[in-house]
Amino acid sequence: MEARHKILILDDDPAFLDLYKEWLSQLPSKPEINTATNGARAMALLEAEPYRVLICDLKMPKMDGLQVLSIVRRRFPEIRTIVMTGVEDEEFRSRAYALGVDLFWLKPDTHQNMQMFLECLESLLGRDDDTGFRGVQCKSLIDILQLECLSQSSTVFRITRGSSIGKIWILNGDLIDAETDGARGEAAFGKILGWKSGTFETLPAEPERERTITKSMNALLLEVAQAIDEVAAPVEPGAATADAEDRKNALRTSSLAREGSEWVITVPEEKTNPPQGWGTQSANEFAGWVRYASEAAKRLSDKLQAGPLSHMQAQNLERTLVLLPDNNRSFLVAWPGTSDASRLIEQTKKLASQWES
Amino acid sequence: MGILSLFSKPRPHLHRLPAGSMTIDREGHIVTSTIASSYPREVLEDIADEVLRLFREARAAQLPLGEFKVQFASLHLTAREARGGAIIFLSPSVSTT
Repeated sequence: MEARHKILILDDDPAFLDLYKEWLSQLPSKPEINTATNGARAMALLEAEPYRVLICDLKMPKMDGLQVLSIVRRRFPEIRTIVMTGVEDEEFRSRAYALGVDLFWLKPDTHQNMQMFLECLESLLGRDDDTGFRGVQCKSLIDILQLECLSQSSTVFRITRGSSIGKIWILNGDLIDAETDGARGEAAFGKILGWKSGTFETLPAEPERERTITKSMNALLLEVAQAIDEVAAPVEPGAATADAEDRKNALRTSSLAREGSEWVITVPEEKTNPPQGWGTQSANEFAGWVRYASEAAKRLSDKLQAGPLSHMQAQNLERTLVLLPDNNRSFLVAWPGTSDASRLIEQTKKLASQWES
Repeated sequence: MGILSLFSKPRPHLHRLPAGSMTIDREGHIVTSTIASSYPREVLEDIADEVLRLFREARAAQLPLGEFKVQFASLHLTAREARGGAIIFLSPSVSTT
């Protein structure tokens, strides 16, 4: 028998909580429903047991909904979040989505609206889809691409994973292009296929799209699947690993020169892991500032509820620096002061995406 | 008229993101501001404090900065160093998601 999913509803108005409980009891999957009237109580419940969905009001005393959501996003990234509010304001909708909520819904005022909400909620509850893409559950991206290839269809896939967005262009069953985080072509395709989960949607075909990938879909899928397997089960450590690391460092130095940046440092989030620098001897000093700036941005983001840090750009007389958070580390890339500042974020993303290729 | 308000439940309110600019001195005190006066002063002072410390930490790391821009998912912050203090610009960015 399947385990029942748990839903937590947070609203400071007990009358609304009773009403929601009544409504949600109509869901076909019969989830277990718990309620909380304040953020602190909700946090305690989320800590105590795993929940599938959090439904959260925005206007609440002490800790408001945006504060709760920003904490939940960080501490319980697997929980799906829904804002249910009476606040009809584009700014708050936008900020809620920036915090990564799955659904922003105005408190239903009609039976029809309530039915639509219940359908969305039922779909969000999903079943056993710890991996797979929202929208096409229980299927990996490789499965979906193979299906498209077999059916000779033309489409564009837009895949979102956290703050990263990837696109894959397919024309008559042929893979013609891919793009993500400044990378394009095969490199972008490999990167997107490495994502284990995300949100998935199909867009209309773009037959005019320039072709950057000439290999067949199957050959590429095979290569990527092999690469993913190697990452999952690496070969025994030893000389081969050291060789690979040397080769990687040489490639990194050459891509640094090719892109025209002065130096790059990578700073792992975990403080026990040392930073690495290319083109500079001062990686440790600069890493100290990167860590400080990242923490300061996190504090500001929490205080202002402005969503996660996307990037930071800093200038002095000699150079422009771009700080880019990327998974569990940050990149700090120095560009000459003469660079076109409007293109540096894209160039930094491109460099970061090439780093592990 | 006022009798009705006796029965209405006071509702907490949500803070909007700050929009506008402010200048701060080297101590972090706000000298001038175009940000709505309804926005909590202590939050603006916290922003001022973080900005000055970011400039100072950068100097300590041998990376003296004249300006930095921080892009959050829904807010853009620009800080320009000005004689030990700073000018700070804050503008919410509304996405079309």
